[in-house]
Order: sequence, then structure tokens, then C-alpha cells
Amino acid sequence: MDFAQAFWVLLLGSLLGLELIGKVPPTLHTPLMSGANAVSGITMLAALTLIITAKNNLPLLIIGSISLGFALFNVVGGFVVTDRMLAMFNRKPSKKLK
Amino acid sequence: MDISLIQSFINLIAVLLLALGIKGLSKVRSAKEANRLAAFAMFLSIIGLLTYYLGKPGEGITQQSWLWIIIGTFVGSLFGAILAKRVPMTSMPETVALFNGCGGMSSLLVAIGVIFFQRNETFIQDISILISIFVGSITFSGSIIAMAKLQGWLSTPSWTQSKIRHFINISIAIISLVAFLNLIQSVNTSTIWLLVISSTILGIGVTLPIGGADMPVVISLLNSYSGIAAAAAGFVVGSQLLIVAGAMVGAAGLILTQVMCKGMNRSLVSVLFGGTLSSQSKKLDSGGEYTNITSCSVEECALTLEAANKVIIVPGYGLAVAQAQHTLREVAKILEQNDIDVSYAIHPVAGRMPGHMNVLLAEADVPYEQLKEMDNINPDFPATDVVLVLGANDVVNPQAKSDQNSPLYGMPVLDVQEARTVFVIKRGMSAGYSGIKNDLFDLPNTSMVFGDAKQVLSELMTELKELGVGAK
Repeated sequence: MDFAQAFWVLLLGSLLGLELIGKVPPTLHTPLMSGANAVSGITMLAALTLIITAKNNLPLLIIGSISLGFALFNVVGGFVVTDRMLAMFNRKPSKKLK
Repeated sequence: MDISLIQSFINLIAVLLLALGIKGLSKVRSAKEANRLAAFAMFLSIIGLLTYYLGKPGEGITQQSWLWIIIGTFVGSLFGAILAKRVPMTSMPETVALFNGCGGMSSLLVAIGVIFFQRNETFIQDISILISIFVGSITFSGSIIAMAKLQGWLSTPSWTQSKIRHFINISIAIISLVAFLNLIQSVNTSTIWLLVISSTILGIGVTLPIGGADMPVVISLLNSYSGIAAAAAGFVVGSQLLIVAGAMVGAAGLILTQVMCKGMNRSLVSVLFGGTLSSQSKKLDSGGEYTNITSCSVEECALTLEAANKVIIVPGYGLAVAQAQHTLREVAKILEQNDIDVSYAIHPVAGRMPGHMNVLLAEADVPYEQLKEMDNINPDFPATDVVLVLGANDVVNPQAKSDQNSPLYGMPVLDVQEARTVFVIKRGMSAGYSGIKNDLFDLPNTSMVFGDAKQVLSELMTELKELGVGAK
């Protein structure tokens, strides 16, 4: 990967992140934080790359595997927990008219 | 078609979906779908990566690699899913902190793996590795400390409230910096470990002095850090997708942190370096003694409630601790059956985390429309007969508006004192997170009902039933 290109990617990604969320209702602060947290587990890709390119280097395979485990713990747990939080807001509005 | 082209294409879609996911998560309507969309995007990114290595001539994935991939995937996903399913709704903040710490740990491990075994000795890669180690360690130790403090496993040691902590933290930061600069010139094993250890201690030292009410902000900030760590790991292994997603989370996390700070009327600087509010208030001595406390029985409270037309409930962390949300819902139902107008006033930082109360009350089937945000409900208090304050304290302290010397001054609060009668259900006279005296308790229209929120509420329910309320 060309590093100048990588810096462009970094810059544009940061700008995108700054623009993505403007106003957030307080209700969603916790779910949003939790969801964004799950996305930050994207390091799982780095861990995967490490394992794949390790060939037969056992210590590296183990480090990569532990790293992958931690990342997926973050990703899977993060999304499931966010889903659980958000499931509670999904209420049929018809209930109020009784 | 060229395999790397296919991967780029898949990655592009993944980035787009991730961005849409994070954006959607900030709107109530789309949040649930957005979360699933983001999860799908993550899955897609793995497919993209595997396709690339499987399809590229001369690369491939060895059997041994597959074995370790499967072990890591299985163990991590399994534990993550189990924990996420089992954890009670009241412990959400510490769960998020724990997950976040593990994300940081993952970036740290990638960086350590590469620097010991796969270093290609380019300047940029070295710097990225060092940043990844530094930020990853801080994220990990800081998040774990945040979790332990929220769980109540760790209290705030008193020395962390004195000025010494700045001295200690700055010293550790300097050690980290020196190690960092040394490693840029020449990489050697012992200096790497020095950097790992010093930045880990720095994470602990910075997080430990911060008090309960500020914790959400810290977790949000650490979440932003884990994004930065991920972006750095992206530079290390040369993955554009990782860089863009990490940068996105890092930036979005910063914005969210800013939004949360605004809700509490605190600046990020005072959250990070101010220590807990209680230490400041001791210095200011704005506390003082209570002079005019009225306490009353549950029975009196029930009698007043029966005669009310409009009731507003103000939930706080005490409600979450007592797990009283279901009992509260039952009480509210009884009142509603008696044609009493019931609504809930949600302060942006009630509980331990913004949105904490919404989640908690939603769990107890409280209709979404009854939850009112602070700005919408404040004008309603003068026309309210009874306010029930359940385990909330600082968010209903009128000092925030009246006393310029109060550390709380300027924080937006709920104007409960405007209502005709206020019942504060509380275990004792202890102060809230800020450690500041609550002027509300001294007001003539405020009565204290002492007891555990759940117990008081179930007694209240019995009393109300005896009065014949809700029997219709």
C-alpha cells in the first residue's frame, strides 16, 4: 500500500466520522457508543491478516489467534448488546391508544 | 477479474454500509436496522479479506492458519455473545467498557506480533506500530479500570484526588514518550516492553481519579481511542478498510464525547483532569448541613398520590441499583387506571450513562411516549401535583440554577421544586455523585421517604390498593 494514499484514506475517514453524527437524542447515546465500539473491533481484519501471513511461525499464529479472539469478543458482543438495547425501543405505538 | 479488484469492491461496499450504519444509529427510527447493517458490513469485510488471500495466486491460507483462525473466532465470538446475552440491562456501561478494552487489546497484540516477527523496517510502519501499542495499551487498561469502577470493584483512592496524581501521570507520560522516541531510532525488545508497561500504567493513572458521573464520557473517549488504535493497526498491516473504519469510529467517538460533555455542562478538560466533583466541593465547602428535612411514611405518600391529577416520575441511578423498574411500572399502572396522568422526566445524564434510564424503563414496558426529555418536561412541573424522585439526586438539585458557587452551577437540571409536592425516595441522606448537599431536600414542599426504591414502591403499591385506587 502506498503510504501517501493511506494518509488520504485516514484523512477522509476522519472527516467522514466527524460529519456522520451531528445531533443525537440522549436516548441513543449509549446504543450509539456501543455500536461504534463494536465497529472499532474491525482490528479483527489485522488479526486475520497476521494469522494468514504467519505461515508456520507458531508464536505469531498464537498471538494472532488471541488478538482475533479479543477483537471478535468486542465485535460480536458489541453488536448483540446494542441490539438488545435497541430492541427495547421497538414498541408498537398502538399500545398507547387503549 | 483481478482478485484484488474484487476485494477493493467488497471493501468499498463494507465502508459504505459501516458509514450508513453509524449514521443510522443516531436516529431512533433507523437505529435497530442500522446496527444490523453495521454488523453485516463487518461480516462482509471478513469475506473480502478471505476471498483476497484464497484467490490470490501464490498466497492461499495454510491449514495451520485455518486452525488458529477457527479457534480465535470460536472462542471470541462465543464469549462475546454469551456475555452480551446474559448481562443485565443495568450493567450496560461496564459491559461496553469491557468490550472496548478488548478491542484495544486486539490492536496492541497485532502491533506486538508484527514488531517481533514481521517488521519490514519502514519508518511509517514502525511509527504505526508504536502508536498502536501506545493507544492500544491505554485503551485496554483505561477501559478495564472504568469497568471495575462502575462495577464497584474499585473505589477512588484518596491520593488520586490530590495534585500528586498530575505529577505521577506526567512522569509516566514522559517515560512513555522517551521509550517511543527511542524505539523510532532503534527497536529493541526491552524498550518495547517499557512502552507497553508505561502506557498501560498511564491508562490506569488517568482513569482511576475519575468519578462515577463522568465515567460515560471517559468510556466514550476510550471508545474513540480504540478507533484510533484500529486505524494505526490498519497502517501496520496495510489495510485501507481498517484505516477508514478506525478513523471513522475515532472521529465519531470524539463527537459523541463532546455531545455527552455538553449534556452535563462539563468540559472534556475538567472531566479528565478535574478529578471527581466531590473533591472540588470539599474545597469549596458549599455543602453545609440540612436544616429542614421532612420525612414521611409510605402511607402519606400514597394518600397524596391518590388525590393527584398529574404525576411526574424522576428516575435515577438508585432505581437501577434497586432493580425497581418493574415495580415502578406496576405503581404507574395503578395510578393510570385511576385516571392520573403519569409521565417520566428523563435527565440526559440520569443514571450512569446517557440513555440509561430509557433502556431501563423500556425493559419494564413503559410506553415510549411517556418518557419526556428534560427540555420538554420542565415547563410542566408548575402544573404537576406530585413528583416522585426515585434514586436521583444531582439532576434535581436546584443549586445548579441558584448558587453560583456550587460546583454544579450551570448544569441543566429538572425543576422538580416547582411542583406542588415532591417525594424523594432515597435510602438515606447520603449525597449524590457530586457529593454536594441537595437544596431540594430542605424545601417545605419536599418530603423524604426513606428506604430501598423497590421496597418503598411495593409498599406503595399495597397502600394504593388498600385505598381502592386502581380497583376500577
